[in-house]
Parts: sequence; C-alpha cells; structure tokens
Amino acid sequence: MPCLSKMERMIVSMQDPDMGIKMRNQRLLITVIPHAMTGNDIVEWLIQKYGISEEESLHLGNLIVKHGYIYPLKDPRSLVLRADESPYRFQVRPHRARHSPNGHRGPRGSCLSLFLPHRPPISGPAPSGRPRSWTTVGTAGTNQGCGPSPAPLSAAASLAAIYLAKKNIRKQGDLIEHEKDNYNLLHKRINHTWDFVVMQAREQLRAAKQRRKGDRIVIDCQEQAYWLVNRPPVSAGRGGGLDPHSRPRPGQRGWGRRGSPPALSMVLSLQPGAPNVLEQGPERRNCHTTRVQLNMDYYKREIEYCRKAMARTRVKSSICLEGYIKFNEQYVPHDPIMSGCLPSNPWITDDTTYWAMNAPTVTTPTKLRVERWGFNFSELINDPLGRAQLLEFLKKEFSAENLSFWEACEELRYGEQSRIAEIVDSIYQQFLAPGATRWVNIDSKTMERTLEGIKTPHRYVMDDAQMHIYMLMKKDSYPRFLKSDLYKNLLAEAVIPPETKKRVFPFMRKQRHSSPSPALLLPAGDAEEKSRSPSTAPVPEEES
Amino acid sequence: MATEGLHENETLASLKSEAESLKGKLEEERAKLHDVELHQVAERVEALGQFVMKTRRTLKGHGNKVLCMDWCKDKRRIVSSSQDGKVIVWDSFTTNKEHAVTMPCTWVMACAYAPSGCAIACGGLDNKCSVYPLTFEKNENMAAKKKSVAMHTNYLSACSFTNSDMQILTASGDGTCALWDVESGQLLQSFHGHGADVLCLDLAPSETGNTFVSGGCDKKAMVWDMRTGQCVQSFETHDSDINSVRYYPSGDAFASGSDDATCRLYDLRADREVAIYSKESIIFGASSVDFSLSGRLLFAGYNDYTINVWDVLKGSRVSILFGHENRVSTLRVSPDGTAFCSGSWDHTLRIWA
Repeated sequence: MPCLSKMERMIVSMQDPDMGIKMRNQRLLITVIPHAMTGNDIVEWLIQKYGISEEESLHLGNLIVKHGYIYPLKDPRSLVLRADESPYRFQVRPHRARHSPNGHRGPRGSCLSLFLPHRPPISGPAPSGRPRSWTTVGTAGTNQGCGPSPAPLSAAASLAAIYLAKKNIRKQGDLIEHEKDNYNLLHKRINHTWDFVVMQAREQLRAAKQRRKGDRIVIDCQEQAYWLVNRPPVSAGRGGGLDPHSRPRPGQRGWGRRGSPPALSMVLSLQPGAPNVLEQGPERRNCHTTRVQLNMDYYKREIEYCRKAMARTRVKSSICLEGYIKFNEQYVPHDPIMSGCLPSNPWITDDTTYWAMNAPTVTTPTKLRVERWGFNFSELINDPLGRAQLLEFLKKEFSAENLSFWEACEELRYGEQSRIAEIVDSIYQQFLAPGATRWVNIDSKTMERTLEGIKTPHRYVMDDAQMHIYMLMKKDSYPRFLKSDLYKNLLAEAVIPPETKKRVFPFMRKQRHSSPSPALLLPAGDAEEKSRSPSTAPVPEEES
Repeated sequence: MATEGLHENETLASLKSEAESLKGKLEEERAKLHDVELHQVAERVEALGQFVMKTRRTLKGHGNKVLCMDWCKDKRRIVSSSQDGKVIVWDSFTTNKEHAVTMPCTWVMACAYAPSGCAIACGGLDNKCSVYPLTFEKNENMAAKKKSVAMHTNYLSACSFTNSDMQILTASGDGTCALWDVESGQLLQSFHGHGADVLCLDLAPSETGNTFVSGGCDKKAMVWDMRTGQCVQSFETHDSDINSVRYYPSGDAFASGSDDATCRLYDLRADREVAIYSKESIIFGASSVDFSLSGRLLFAGYNDYTINVWDVLKGSRVSILFGHENRVSTLRVSPDGTAFCSGSWDHTLRIWA
C-alpha cells in the first residue's frame, strides 16, 4: 500500500535529529518519561512542515496514531492524537530499539520484541507493512463453514494469547467482557501450546517487574497500542462477512457468506466498533499478481496501439489548454456550486423552486438555460425543451425530418438487440426509401453505403448517415436558429428568478416535499415499455 | 520464407521489450508538443474566493460500508450499494428510502441508475451485473423481477447504463470491460487491454457518444471505441491503482484518482497528462473523483476520510471537507451540479452543497 510507505517516510522525517520533532522528558502524572513528545508537538510540526491548518494536522496526526506509528502514553487504550501536553512515542523496531531495558534478551536482543512479531509496522520490504504472520491467517478461511478445525494460526495466535494471558494473570482473572471471550477462544484454538503460552506470560511479567517504572509504562503502552492496531479486520456481522485477506475463488458465487468461520479477527477485536485502519476490501491484483494473461496477444496489442499512437495527430498543449479557459468562462456562471443558483439552491434552502423552474418541460425557460443553448449544438439538442424549439424551427425550414431521422438512429444505437432489424427497416421506410414520406437528404456516397449496409442490419449501420445529418443540423441549421426571431424571442421572454435568501431562522425550516419517482409515472407493466426509448423521456416536473 | 524466421523471433520476452521501448518512444513523441503548463495558462483566470460547502443531508440506513452510489436524472434520487449486499434507492432530498433489495452476494461495488429512472443495476463479488426494475406495486418484491445481464469471471467493479436503459457497460476484476444488451444478456462488445483488474469507467459526454475511459490496477487509463472494441488512447503515468476516472464536462479531457494519493488530468487532444493534483500532506489514495458542472472544481474523496476540492485550472487545493468517519469510497456530482453526494465506509452518505 503506497500510503503506508508514504506514512513511513513522514515518520522518518519526524524523527530527523535536526528538522524532526524535539524529543524531551515528558511528564505522565508523577512519572518522568524520557525521550517523548507531546500531542501539541506533533500537531505543530505537521502544520509547519506541510503548511496545513490545525484541523487538517490533527486529522492527519490521528491517522498516524491509528496506524500504530506513534502511540500514546496516556490513556493507551484509545489511539487518539490529542493536541495537548499528553506524551507520545514512536513505535520502535525491535532490532533498532533505542531502549534496551534490563531484563532478559529476546531473539532480537530486546524485550520489546517479545510481543512484536517478526515484522513490526515500520519495516522494510513488506508491502502491506503488516506482520507476515497475519497474512497466513486469511488463508485459514479456506474451510468454508466447516467445524472449528484448527487453522495454522499458531504464530499470531500465540503472541495474542501471551498478551491476554499476562493481562489475565495481572488482573487475577478480571478481564473485560470481550477480552475474556477472546481469551477463551484462543484457549480452545491453540490448546496444545497453552503451557508454553502461560510460561511465556509468566516469564515476561517477571522480567517486567525488574524494569524501571518509566520503562514499564512505555512498554505496556507500546504493547497495548500494537495489539489495538494490528488485529486483523473483523468479519462483517449480518449479511455475511468476507475476510478481506482471503482470495475470492473465480466463479464462486456468494463467496464470503455466513459460511466462513470466525477468523482470528473476531478473536482479537480488542477495540470493538472502531474502524480497522488496516482493512483493505476485496483483494485486488496488480501487474505482478494479475489474473490477466500477459501473453503474446497482450503485447502484440500494446505494440499495435503504440504504432498507431505514434502516427496520431496531436494538438499543441497551448491550444488545448486555452480550450479549458474558454470553457471555464462560458460555464462558470451556470455552475451552481461556483456561482449559486436562482432563486436558491434547493439543498441549502429546502426550496425546490429551482428544480420546478428548470424542469425538462416548462412553459417559460430561464434565461441561463436559453443562453446555454447558444453555447454549442450539443446543449440545444440534449435539452428536451431546446430540442422541441429546434424542431419548431426546422419545421419552418422544412427540414424537420432531419431531427426525426437523427432520433430514430439514436433509438437504433441504444436500443434492444432483438429489435435491430425492425428499427432499421422502419428507418429505411420512413427516411431512406425512394419516395419516402420523410426522405432525408444525404450525399449519394453515404446513401449508397448505407443502403448496402442495411442488407445485413446491425446496431451501427446508420452511423455514417446519422453523422452526416447531425453535421448538417449543426453546421447549417443551428447557426440560423441562433439568429432567428424564434430564438431571439425565447431569450427575451426567458425569466430570471429573483433570489431567495437563505432562511435566517433554521428552526423555521421549510417542509421538504417528496416528488413523484420517475418509476411511478406508469402502471407497473409499462415500466419496461418506458425504459425502451433512449433517455429523451421527460422526467416528471417537481412539485414546489 | 522470411516471415517464418520472424515468427520464431517473436518470443514473449522480445514482444514485451518491444512494447516497452515503443511506449518510451511514444512518451517522447507526446512530449514534443507540450509547450506550456495548465497552471501557467490559468494565471490570468481569477482566483477562487472563500469556499464553503457543508453537509446538507446525511443518509443513514446502510448497516455496513457504502461502496458505490449514482444519481437519478431527476437530480434528487440516488441509488447506493454496500458491503452487506444491500442496495437502497433514496429520495435524498427528503432522505426517505424508496426501495431496498438485498443482493445474494457481499461487496456490491457497483451500482447505477437507469436513464429513465425506472431501473437500477448493481453487482460485485457475484461477478455479475443485474438489473432491477423499480416499481411501486403493493407487496413489491424487487428481487423477483431481477434480470441477470453481465457475466464476468471475476468481481464487478463498475457499471453504467449508456444513453438508454437497454445497454450496460461493465468493468471487472477479470481485467476486461464489456458492453451488454440488457434484455437478452447478450455480450455486444468486450474490451481487452488492461493488464490487471479494471476498477472504474466513465462514458464520454461527446456528441458522437462513442467512447469511454477505464482505469485499473495496471496503473493505466484507457480510452475505448465502443463500436470496435479497440483501445484508442492509453495513459500510464500514475504510480498505483487508478480507482476512479471521470470526464471533464467538455469531453476533451478526463480526471483520474489513484492509490498514489494524486489526481491527474489527461487531455485527449494533446494526448498527455496535463495536470497533477497532489499535496505532500495527502498520503492516502483518492478513491473517487468528479467535476463540478463547469469543470472548474474537482471533488475527490480519499481513503483518509476526507474530501479535497481542487481548482482544476490552477492546480491548487481549494478546500478540505471533514465529516466522514471512515474512507470515502464513492463521490458523484448531481446531474444539475447543485450538490455532490459522497458515500463512505462509515455506513453513511452525505449530500454537500
């Protein structure tokens, strides 16, 4: 996960001896904790380093703590960054532990490694940053819903068990509810190694007693924070869960339903309810693990593409980018988020007048809407009201069949596969046949090609003819439309709604009326009927 | 014959290295016409003023992570889907739930509203895309009317209706995209070329309505001709998975959001990346992006629970929106641009305006 390596780099700069956070003695009640930083220090450092606000800095800092890179020494059960004098420490790699308190030495030369598995959060190559032992947990889920057969969880489970066993001994059996459940579950799962677990727990407790108080607090907090973060994600409750570590098997449907056994995840949910920052979602493959066959065909396609692309005509950046400036100028006044909308934005004032006034078919359109029809032909033809006005205009010019032909072609392009032959025939009869009532004027070459093509009708058989007619309307009729009295009158009569200010008194909130769903327009069976036509169907007008 | 010798030499390794070297040459070619940066051209554009957007509605009702959402053309209804298989249709203005169906699979990562407003499509770990007509019959049983349309060999990551209710475009973890006829379930066209899971797609708003863009775990964004199935343009500048792609309103460009914590703008006529939206303090992936109506603003939801708002022309970050308590997984601007909706792993959806 790229975010974890970026976070690690952030942590490294935080630890920089010159530019990083200054570590000092910090107070925790009466104990002095050496070499620590305050929550405030962290927030301030982030603000300075990245030029961000305090709110953003606190948010970012909280994520760093939730991922376990920094842990709190005060109130360690709660992985939260407080912007105050609370002390914090960096989670440490065992083999580079700055702190080697007296006590017996573990495999990596430090007591800290006693509870940390082989790959702590700040580590090198592990892409996920998660201890490797966890990834083996997921595959345990291959026994789909069969009984509690022991899975290869021993490494991870032992560590977790030792931690809970220590707690159990220290608190003389008085663990909190879910800790008790977890403890019992683990006891069942790795019963065969339980003697080892208890022995380890006792050993660690004995070693801990020999440490200075400051060290003890630090290590306890560190351990606690570690287990809060590095539990695997909890499987979802109702509706079935998916262990995100496991791979969905190809072709397997309904995978991940209630059949999967409670993973170690549930066993180790030490902080129920809190979002697990390490949860990833269904497994994704990248180029190294891909399901796609990177075979000869794949590379041949890439080569073919590159060859074609080399020869393509490109436009200079300066010209393209000018296009954005122009588009921006034209459209910003029409962008409700940028420029507001009149009379008001329904989401802000709860007043739906804006929607009523801009419904697909109104008697008097707004000024902004009519202006937009002048931006380009697309705007006109894609607005149901605009298209209706265009039709009126074309009727006057005796070329209304062009628009009808274009609409029929759209119906072919986006229609059902089963109706293709039928629609092609209908188009031919109406628009292309010699002597057709609504014959369209296409150039002879295109007509010839089209007539040949409809012998084997397919979805795209009218593309050339459709494009020809579209261009005719765009280049020929449209400019005349914009100069016509029809359009000028539309502009003159268009309304500019007066602004409605946002209500000052929020408790006098306007009632939010519901509107009829588009699916309600017709009785049940006709819903399919309606959904056949390409989306030129009007959407119901809103009640205001 | 001479050609036989050629065939012998076409080993997989040599093809692969030929592809790599051609890609390098293509990048050089693309760079030749790049004479100015977007933010330079945008210097004369007025800077944006104070930016205030707030949550205006919170939609609560999903019992698990919200993964996807889509707007209805009526500008107020939405469909949303979640990890536990629930798909809900809301009137987000009143926050009323109007329909709900539980899919037989978990992780419903894709959902879409039909252009007519009379149906929805969804799918996920079931490897399928199914269409449900929306009715208001008494004793409505949505699940009974379900139509199975698309069949992939791995999870469905994205789906979208084309200009009508009769065709659906899908993207899948099997590395392909596909176009389907809804009524018959027939595969009309398939799109091969991604080297790994495809995570997102968006249809071009162009006049001729012929292309769409897809993004995947192979870090590539690819533009396809829907009619022929050919890739017409390909961009490979991200450092990690591309989670989301969205066309700029003019159709001349598209934006992408990636796990590499950046969003990027690719111009189709210049045939290159023209802007990167990133900040050192933003280290989590962008899961979902969309433009405001004018294309001046780019809203991006991130895996660090925030939404960043970018000035598309100047390249700077305009604002950061807090509110969600877990990853933002999906984000769409409403059809008339009055608001945008974000869905999150915190089980809620929010409407911002």
